[in-house]
Amino acid sequence: MSTHILWLIGRRLAAAVLTLLIVSMVIFAITAILPGDSAQQILGQFATPEQIEALRQQLGLNQPAIVRYLDWLAGLLSGNLGESMSNNMPVTELMQGRLGNTLMLALVTAVVSVPIALLLGITAAICRGGRMDKCLSTLTLALVAVPEFLVATLAVLIFAVKLRWFSALSFASDISSPLEFIRTYTLPVMTLCFVIIAQMARMTRAAVVDQLDSSYAEMARLKGLGSLRIALVHALPNAVGPIANAIALSLSYLFGGVVIVESIFNYPGIASLMVDAVTNRDIALVQACTMLFCSGYLLLVLIADVSAILSNPRLRNR
Amino acid sequence: MTDKKLISGEESVRVFEAMHRGVSRRDALRMLGAAGVMAAGAGSLFGSSSVLAAGESTAPVGKRGGSIRVAGVSSSTADTLDPAKGALSTDYTRHYMFYNGLTRFDSQLTPKMELAESMESKDATTWVITLRSGVTFHDGKPLTAADVVFSLNRHKDAAVGSKVMKLAEQMQDIKATGPLEVTITLSGPNAELPSILAVSHMLIVAEGTTDFNKGNGTGPFKVQEFKPGVRSVAVRNENYWKPGLPYLDQIEFIAIPDEASRVNALLAGEVQLINNVDPRSTKRIEASAGHHFVDAPSGNYTDLIIRRDQMPGQSDDFTQAMKLLLDREQIKSAVFRGFAVVGNDTPIAPGSRFFNADLKQTTYDPDKAKFLLNKAGLAGARIPVIASEAATSSVDMAVLLQQSAKKAGLNLDVKRMPSDGYWSNHWMKHPLSFGNINPRPNADIIFSQFFQSTAPWNESGWKNDRFDQLLIQARAETDDAKRGQMYAEMQTLVHDHCGIGIPVFISNIDGVDSRVKGYGTNPLGGFMGYMFAEQVWLDA
Repeated sequence: MSTHILWLIGRRLAAAVLTLLIVSMVIFAITAILPGDSAQQILGQFATPEQIEALRQQLGLNQPAIVRYLDWLAGLLSGNLGESMSNNMPVTELMQGRLGNTLMLALVTAVVSVPIALLLGITAAICRGGRMDKCLSTLTLALVAVPEFLVATLAVLIFAVKLRWFSALSFASDISSPLEFIRTYTLPVMTLCFVIIAQMARMTRAAVVDQLDSSYAEMARLKGLGSLRIALVHALPNAVGPIANAIALSLSYLFGGVVIVESIFNYPGIASLMVDAVTNRDIALVQACTMLFCSGYLLLVLIADVSAILSNPRLRNR
Repeated sequence: MTDKKLISGEESVRVFEAMHRGVSRRDALRMLGAAGVMAAGAGSLFGSSSVLAAGESTAPVGKRGGSIRVAGVSSSTADTLDPAKGALSTDYTRHYMFYNGLTRFDSQLTPKMELAESMESKDATTWVITLRSGVTFHDGKPLTAADVVFSLNRHKDAAVGSKVMKLAEQMQDIKATGPLEVTITLSGPNAELPSILAVSHMLIVAEGTTDFNKGNGTGPFKVQEFKPGVRSVAVRNENYWKPGLPYLDQIEFIAIPDEASRVNALLAGEVQLINNVDPRSTKRIEASAGHHFVDAPSGNYTDLIIRRDQMPGQSDDFTQAMKLLLDREQIKSAVFRGFAVVGNDTPIAPGSRFFNADLKQTTYDPDKAKFLLNKAGLAGARIPVIASEAATSSVDMAVLLQQSAKKAGLNLDVKRMPSDGYWSNHWMKHPLSFGNINPRPNADIIFSQFFQSTAPWNESGWKNDRFDQLLIQARAETDDAKRGQMYAEMQTLVHDHCGIGIPVFISNIDGVDSRVKGYGTNPLGGFMGYMFAEQVWLDA
């Protein structure tokens, strides 16, 4: 690999770190603006002013915001995310299991959705303008438009309540056999796939179509190559960058955007953890979750960027 | 309505105690029968008596074994096993699995002895509590007076962050006067101490406990797993001091915040018990062969607040007219689909202890209201009424009120406010608004918190000297009958003069897998007042 590519990747990394730093400041500022603090939230309606004051002291909420921010940032850099204010457990411990669950759900969803989406997108691009393409376009558009809570609720009603094939709830914790795994994961994964396959397929189609419209593809056609060959051998390698971006964008949704799916299936993932944290004004946890989402998002975009760079022959062969 | 309840666990314990006092087994069974018959005679919540009537059968009260999964409403990383910090129904439910209180509410909210064998006081100020002997914590440590002193004193420490600090402050001195004897001196007389000690926050923990995640109590279940925001697994305490209880081997407790998902989980057989069912979902539960719902009358109410310290609420006629404009029957049927009990503008729910049944029921009367409004010079006036989703169903109630007000020549302007911030920004701050009050364990607490002239949540800004006097006197009165009379008079005062309109008391609806037996109700809340764990069994 040339130094030029390393330089490009290095710049991307530096930008990501800077972004994270800015994000951390924004998070801190926003959580400071939220009405009420965790002392009030923990004590509830019956609290007396002395109680609130005592708890604030205990939680270190009396210190100026900048001190708290720097403390937190220093902890973050040393891998210490602090303690949850609402139940005194280390944030890392609270997040551990949840993160594993979220990654598992994301992984299964990705494994199922990416191949299907690519297949649909490329097929549509090849048959551009044909009946197949129109059919797929309409279908994906319709699916994108259906809210996921509707998909999830209908799926539960049909497959869990009526037919009893799959589980209405997904406890990621007690899975002991592959069959149970399927029972547990089918409905949430299906719901998520509905949303992201449609999105990914449309973006893939657009990327491939873009390449098919280019002059080299036309040249290939003039040379008498079949459209399947043009699409797979000539256009697809050049569309890897945009497709990787499309996949990264869709998958990043699996980190934070799955709140509805998590709540309908009672799946103990990281998104619902963060919703909890916000309602409890558990700032340490909110910050940790947000940083995690941002890091995950940046990581995916970074992977997409790097694969775009690596797949670009002009950069690769310089 | 489904009614599939048997004799409660509480009854069986009483019988067991009687046996220990030297009653023969035959007599004990007769007692069980009698308990059932009496309960049925009183139209009680213990339900059908036929099951164990007349002592002829030797059928066990419940069946041992089995495990169930239960879904509550809310769950977050703030879930706690520290009784003092319990904030939500899910917390209370868990606390009753792992801990016992000195006393315990029965289904009429009358406090019964639990870890306390007796509680005695001559003047309602100094209380001598004798503890039951032979009770052990989950870790094997025997229960002593020191544990009780520690548990109760915790609430007074601001750093603990107890939710009942205000209630505990009246316990001026708590000390052990014997290995199993605790003496509590109150700052003033309060005959209701036994019921204060029955609230879930007052459950007893072991002396010196700092880590509450182990749930080391004297309760029917032990903690096997507790993950805040995810689930808890409770397993039977083999050494539980109530013989034969609990029936279940294991209870897994989770929360499903989304109501539709909760009902789906029940119907799909994933969970066996749920609470907070929407009246709309009862049809679906009823249609399922293996499930039923339990409608539990409660003390929860959504009230119309008429500020008596501002116009137009300063006018007695206006206040009276507003109460007459509440179409209680319609609110009950249209808003709550029948899952409510008509209220009479006093916060004590029908059927609960000290309810004044002699009070004349206020009924819907737009004509009389029109007359009173004319008299007050408010005919044709336009008045805003504030409602919000935060106060259960208050928006629907406000719209119904608007319709009936029109008939009386009053224009109400319904203003719907967002839930977030409603309690701090709007509640009690407008001439006409809505509030929602959760059940409180006894009359004294509800009157002190919401109706006393000096109460911070005196919703309608109502001041009445006679009422305040009676409140103090009732606390000192150890004779239940006399105290009942005082509470009756106080209810009359509230009904006639206070600016609070209570059209209905809202019922709690639980969804139950029909294999779960022994399931009853309690006005304190769903899940049998959060105390189902010890008493239900599985008939699978």
